[in-house]
Amino acid sequence: MERGEEKVITSAEQAKQDPTYLQALKELLYQLADDDFLVSFRGSEWLGLAPHIEEDVAFSSITQNTMGHALLFYQLLEELGEGKVDVLAHDRKPSERKNAIYLEKKNGEGHYTEEPYYDWALTVVRNYFYETFKKIKLEAITKSSYQPLANVAGKVLMEQPYHLAHWKLWFEQLYNSTDDARARLQTRIAEAWEEFGDVLELGPYATEMAHFELMISEVELRDRWLEEIELMLGTLPSRTLGKKYGSGREGEHTSDLDQAIEIFQDVYVSDEGAVW
Amino acid sequence: MQEQLDEIQAVLKTVDDPELPSVSVFDLGMVHDVKVIGGSVFITMTPTFAGCPALDFIQRDVKKAVEELEWVTDCEVQFSFQQKWSTDAITDEGKHQLKKHGVAPPPEDFQPGQKWTVNCPYCESNYTSMDNVFGPTACRSILYCQACKNPFEAMKPVVDYMS
Repeated sequence: MERGEEKVITSAEQAKQDPTYLQALKELLYQLADDDFLVSFRGSEWLGLAPHIEEDVAFSSITQNTMGHALLFYQLLEELGEGKVDVLAHDRKPSERKNAIYLEKKNGEGHYTEEPYYDWALTVVRNYFYETFKKIKLEAITKSSYQPLANVAGKVLMEQPYHLAHWKLWFEQLYNSTDDARARLQTRIAEAWEEFGDVLELGPYATEMAHFELMISEVELRDRWLEEIELMLGTLPSRTLGKKYGSGREGEHTSDLDQAIEIFQDVYVSDEGAVW
Repeated sequence: MQEQLDEIQAVLKTVDDPELPSVSVFDLGMVHDVKVIGGSVFITMTPTFAGCPALDFIQRDVKKAVEELEWVTDCEVQFSFQQKWSTDAITDEGKHQLKKHGVAPPPEDFQPGQKWTVNCPYCESNYTSMDNVFGPTACRSILYCQACKNPFEAMKPVVDYMS
């Protein structure tokens, strides 16, 4: 398959014909699924703890819907023969997970059930940065050579503007309110600047993804994201974006992911045959 | 053949969305395609919101209802993303039923980025305010009518953003 032929792959069976194409496609799907799954898991840990009741309703709705988006990407993997969605979501080792490391980061100090000293500034910065990135990534994917994925991206993009608008509003309002609020956001922005690098990456198969027109290039993805964030912040932090803890796209992760897996696996492993 | 399709359509008008009692999946515009081969029925549906937990129930309820037709031996229900559901797919009857349920139907011909104004489903006033874009389900928002002083919900406009 040569670039520029505008070849469209319409089914899982067809994608399986070319091993290199299949590998690049699966890699992209794991990134999409695992990113949404981890960010929504961290969101779910805010249930009952959000700053006010309306936020609790809004955030849990966003979280539930984002978990639904993760499911759609896992379903595409299931169609490609990667196993059942429940197993893909719950029963993979940390080294097999492709989510960006910044997204697995704990919400703050403490534990959900005991003394949850979670940080709202981290949540606002993380979700605003992530949803901005997700929109750019999905827009590119609507033109993907893998038709089933392009369809799902189009579907997710019909819902995601509500999520992005929500976090943008929080970000803008806090950024322009008190000195304390602004300082807290700035601390988390500085932190994100050291860690957000691997969110913007496409991993070891980035070149193949671009070659097969599954996705735009990493450089383009990154530039578009920086452009959006600059519009919001006015000026970008002067240092280059880092990936302090490595690259989740390569299967590198922190103990925060182990902690997340331990919790979301708890019910699943208690009865693996359960029907929901 | 047409007779069989009509019978199926009549059945689909009786299967309600579990989260919107009295509004059928047909009137919500979720039924994309119906095929009949002998006694087998294949129904393709378009999900409303991706994260909607009611989809499994809808699938089960549709299958069960259609299989109650005497000539149907089995019914297969699939969700597809090829056709995207949008709030424009809701029928007039669906909109009527939503209002009866206290839910303002989504605006017609809504374009992405457009200002979304909602009339109160009880008194029709446009003197309403948004309390929360996010409501009890992914597809609904919470509003308040300043005219008749009723809180109410509205279905969010969901439109194809790329076309």
